[in-house]
Amino acid sequence: MSYFRAENLSLHFGGLKAVDSVSFAVEKGEILSIIGPNGAGKSSIFNLISRIYPPTSGRIFFEDQDITEQPAYDIAGLGIARTFQNIELFENATMLSNLLVGRHRHSATQLWQELLFLPSVRAGEKVHRRRVEQVIEFLDLEAYRDKLISGLPYGVRKVIELARALCSEPKLILLDEPSSGLNVEETDDMSFWIRDMKTELGITVLMVEHDMTLVNRVSDRVIALNYGRVLAMGSPSEVQRHPDVVAAYLGA
Amino acid sequence: MRFLFKTDYEDDIRLFPHSGYIVSYGILLAFLVIAPFVLSSYLVSQLVFVCIYATVGVGLMILTGFTGQASLGHAAFLAIGAYTAAYLQQYNVPFPVYFLAGGLLTGVVGALVGFPALRLTGIYLVIATISFAFIVEEVLARWESVTHGNEGMRIKTLSLFGQAVPQNGPTFYFLCLGVLILTIVGTLNLLRSPTGRAFVAIRDSETAARSMGVNVSLYKVKSFAISAAITGLAGVLFAHKLSFISPEMFTLQLSIEFIIVILIGGTFSLHGAVLGAIFLVMIDPFLTYLKDDLPGIISGLAATFGADSVTAGKVYSNVAAIASANGLKGAIYGVIIVLFVLFEPLGLYGRWLKIKLFFQLFPLYKRATFKRQKIYVKSERNR
Repeated sequence: MSYFRAENLSLHFGGLKAVDSVSFAVEKGEILSIIGPNGAGKSSIFNLISRIYPPTSGRIFFEDQDITEQPAYDIAGLGIARTFQNIELFENATMLSNLLVGRHRHSATQLWQELLFLPSVRAGEKVHRRRVEQVIEFLDLEAYRDKLISGLPYGVRKVIELARALCSEPKLILLDEPSSGLNVEETDDMSFWIRDMKTELGITVLMVEHDMTLVNRVSDRVIALNYGRVLAMGSPSEVQRHPDVVAAYLGA
Repeated sequence: MRFLFKTDYEDDIRLFPHSGYIVSYGILLAFLVIAPFVLSSYLVSQLVFVCIYATVGVGLMILTGFTGQASLGHAAFLAIGAYTAAYLQQYNVPFPVYFLAGGLLTGVVGALVGFPALRLTGIYLVIATISFAFIVEEVLARWESVTHGNEGMRIKTLSLFGQAVPQNGPTFYFLCLGVLILTIVGTLNLLRSPTGRAFVAIRDSETAARSMGVNVSLYKVKSFAISAAITGLAGVLFAHKLSFISPEMFTLQLSIEFIIVILIGGTFSLHGAVLGAIFLVMIDPFLTYLKDDLPGIISGLAATFGADSVTAGKVYSNVAAIASANGLKGAIYGVIIVLFVLFEPLGLYGRWLKIKLFFQLFPLYKRATFKRQKIYVKSERNR
């Protein structure tokens, strides 16, 4: 059995088939990239997995559990974290509180305990903070702890969003275009971090990406999509040489 | 300028980040403690109103300022707290019991109102809460067996542990102050724990909050319930302060006054709720003063600039007619809201922060620090 599996996943908006019976599997500990031209349905697959849209048909399995019907907020609880293509951070909060929201699935305190800020809440806060600090160190974000997100540049926000996802200590992380809007240097950093996430933190990565340098550098396997269908699957070089993929990008 | 050297995670958790806070809040507290013994009874009575309005303001701040759910129905929550007190008092229920019952009942009603809020955002939510407020107002007017309808209900003098606590005495003032301080501390505790951060997350991006594992529906209902419960507690005190309540006291205008409290104060902080309450309680006597004296002042000015007595008399009667026009207060409130939203969107507390920063950085203060950027970054937001 695969670690994560999508079976015949479809998402139709009226007559438009954004995702058209896509099946793929992710093995534990691998980095799988999804590539494809604009509108191929890459982000839609992510939105199906994180349950922003309910699928028209098909099923999703994670660790042999059917998660197709799980409510959206449960997905994080299962250990699947994600980032967004157009950054979705909490703009009017500091970076620290953004990252601490990432710890939400690990908080176990009750409302009445929090109102009184009992020692258990205080202890929990310190544990969360320690975890957050580890992520801050991992991604070199020390300089921004008390800064409001609304005042930070785009590249930093992109990293903070990755940090927020890592704070939830996920088993599987979905990265939606981690390098979009980043310059070459920042993209290099990002590729190191993605590989470190796999090797040091043992996180399985599913990633949508356009930057082929990044894809080639980090991916174990690549899936190419077009018009909601899988064109090719395999190692990065195999997929890039696949005639259908070439046709999709360059025209036949 | 003070630079904080943090050595412990505790430094980011504690309520007073450094000793300066303890000194300034200590002075404030000392002033508030001696206030009823040095200030005139009128001012103390105004301070009681400040405490009650600030308590409601804190409640509304949790909902609107921190969870991002607008409400124009808080007058109804206040009414439910007040009427619970009045009703239970008839059966000689002791104060602590009906005080908590008022908060609890209002909290439950707040949670019920929170459910429709799950599907509504922005202006639609405002309309839903307005209609809730009208329903409550109408129920209070019609359900005569319980609420005595439009006759209203009289509230007996508060008695606490066998002691009478008159609503004009210092003890009642300390009671209201205590409730306000406890509310503020409780809210601050909430804001530095997971629930408060979940509220802020919902305010800024529901999609992201959901994908981080926040049960958005549950937390919205929680926010409504907490906000309503705090308002209900304030309602009990409000009823005692006025010693008479009737449905027409809890109208839309009162809800708008609560919105003024948080908008004028600054919608992002609890300081804002208190500053806004002070502003609102101060502006009412000021408006009354204007209403009484403005005709005289303006006709006097006209006379000074050479108008004869007939013209001055006409000016007097015209200004007096305008000043005593119906609904003028509401119009002035509206103008105040619009002006603040346009020119001081961060409210009084924001202005205070700017002044503080000006002196901290003097002479290097940059006006651009607080300039609003007119950009729209989010092209496609998932809703």
